[in-house]
Amino acid sequence: MVSEAEGQPPLLYIDLHLIHEVTSPQAFDGLRTAGRKVRRPERTVATVDHNVPTEPRGTPITDAIAAKQIEALQQNCREFGVRLFDIDSADQGIVHVIGPELGFTQPGMTIVCGDSHTSTHGAFGALAFGIGTSEVEHVLATQCLPQRKPKSMLIKVAGELGPGVSAKDLALGIIAKIGTDGATGHVIEYAGQAVRSLSMEGRMTLCNMSIEAGARAGMVAPDETTYAYVKGRRFAPRDWDSAIERWKALPSDANAGYDAVVELDAAQLSPFVTWGTNPGMVVPVSERVPELSAMKTDAERNAARRMFEYMGLEPGKRIEHITVDRVFIGSCTNSRIEDLRAAAKVARGHRVSSKVRAMVVPGSQAVKRAAEKEGLDQVFRDAGFEWRESGCSMCLGMNPDILQPGERCASTSNRNFEGRQGRGGRTHLVSPMMAAAAAIAGHFIDVRNWEFRN
Amino acid sequence: MKAFNVHKGKVAPLHRANIDTDQIVPKQFLKRIERTGFGEFLFYDWRRDQNGQLDPGFPLNHSRHKGASILVTGKNFGCGSSREHAVWALDDFGFRAVIAPSFADIFANNCVKNGVLTIVLSEAEVAQLVERATKHEDYQLTIDLQDCEVRDEHGFSAGFQVDEFTRHCLLNGLDDIGLTLQHEREITAYEAVHPAPVRLVS
Repeated sequence: MVSEAEGQPPLLYIDLHLIHEVTSPQAFDGLRTAGRKVRRPERTVATVDHNVPTEPRGTPITDAIAAKQIEALQQNCREFGVRLFDIDSADQGIVHVIGPELGFTQPGMTIVCGDSHTSTHGAFGALAFGIGTSEVEHVLATQCLPQRKPKSMLIKVAGELGPGVSAKDLALGIIAKIGTDGATGHVIEYAGQAVRSLSMEGRMTLCNMSIEAGARAGMVAPDETTYAYVKGRRFAPRDWDSAIERWKALPSDANAGYDAVVELDAAQLSPFVTWGTNPGMVVPVSERVPELSAMKTDAERNAARRMFEYMGLEPGKRIEHITVDRVFIGSCTNSRIEDLRAAAKVARGHRVSSKVRAMVVPGSQAVKRAAEKEGLDQVFRDAGFEWRESGCSMCLGMNPDILQPGERCASTSNRNFEGRQGRGGRTHLVSPMMAAAAAIAGHFIDVRNWEFRN
Repeated sequence: MKAFNVHKGKVAPLHRANIDTDQIVPKQFLKRIERTGFGEFLFYDWRRDQNGQLDPGFPLNHSRHKGASILVTGKNFGCGSSREHAVWALDDFGFRAVIAPSFADIFANNCVKNGVLTIVLSEAEVAQLVERATKHEDYQLTIDLQDCEVRDEHGFSAGFQVDEFTRHCLLNGLDDIGLTLQHEREITAYEAVHPAPVRLVS
């Protein structure tokens, strides 16, 4: 905290500012217009992820406007002295994958990025949240942001997730319970045995989806799992012992008070599938698309009617009877090595349905290399999945990876909004295991009953 | 930032809950590097059919709502992506204010930075405004940021709350980067005690 002047919001210092090509060009233009510099280039890191093609690198970018946006970032980084992990870099990747992977993301930091999924970095016990382009400009110019203190919400998850139930299902289960605006105005702290048992990849998936419940930030108190992940990474602290000492002071006090408390039992959760056009419209895979009679108000019934029409679904249809045309395994939610391992375990020895086009898009070049070293790429290729280059890809379809109108996709991404993956496209959010299983079966299927092969 | 004081304007209703920023401005228009000219992309996939023709059934396309500068809409407006392009599109289309039962946090922040006022009214008040905007030809509202009040000429009036500092910035059209830079000395002092970790620099 830099200052708390009377009558003004407190001024928060930003330890790490991540930028990408889509939400930064207008911010740099603003700096130029005002004759301002980037105050702390050493605390600013850039990469290209949103609109990069996932074709083999070196293929020319045919979308002239996308190419211009990437060039603008390259030019801005040169002009203002910002480190850029460019499209041909061995460290390029989705900004929320490379931050942790390179060790930029550390416990106790304040981290912002012009991207709502910045909440991902909260997995390390950092305060990390998405901002708009005006705020990107603000941070570039001042390294600070005026911020009112948000409300706090504790989400405590007792027990352990069952086999076939992942961090993605936990995130969807939470949104199902509290709604897509259930945590608006709050920062979430995730706690409880099920959260403690998650790997860092799982915690990142969970924190990533905080914004889908309305929270700008979600966090997990750092512990041995966190330290083990950060240790040895390229930009991890050199003075390790003093870093650990600082980080050990970060967890909330046992008797800390929260503005809201939500409790869940992990053992009650199943693999989930969304059926509507927001992430709160979600049911266990063993259930059915809800009936209109299950909706409480006229407004909910009207919204559901719109969703049924858009999604091409009838109320009461069994989720396992829904067939898919496309499968996307990737995004800042589920494109890390553990996600690819989980999907590959399901895919191994099987074949993608002849009616399905399935693609795997690793979150970063480093994830891609690690997966190839383990032979996961071969498992996917043998099964008939496309193995592509890293980027945001079909999560939001800013690059050429999009759905055609009416196409139905099982996707490991974070948003099933209308048109998100391409105009008229129909998105069902699922875990990596569930996506791989749907690719093979050609329809949704409960991965808890999967026949694993060697 | 544009100052906002008292604004009187025509109302357009779009009574749906959870309108996300992907609907407000679809992703295919986020590749532009300019900050202006986003108005034509506002609600693009809802306003236009597959061939780019205006859909006469969409409320913003009704002739009676042409020239509207106040949008009345459902709860959790602006959820999802942080894209400020959503606010640039609303602003460029001519909207000075949005009234809803609730807003997503990042979207509401982005509005303030662009001099667009977000006003939270109850579900019942919003429903009443939607009904009036649908019933009356040329339905107008006056938004008074001095008195924090919304009123029409048919007897509707409602107070609203706004953060005092935000109100001050909006009333005066203040550049908040300039305000932060007034704390230059404190920022420098903070940085002297909290230098960037060596690894970030190298």
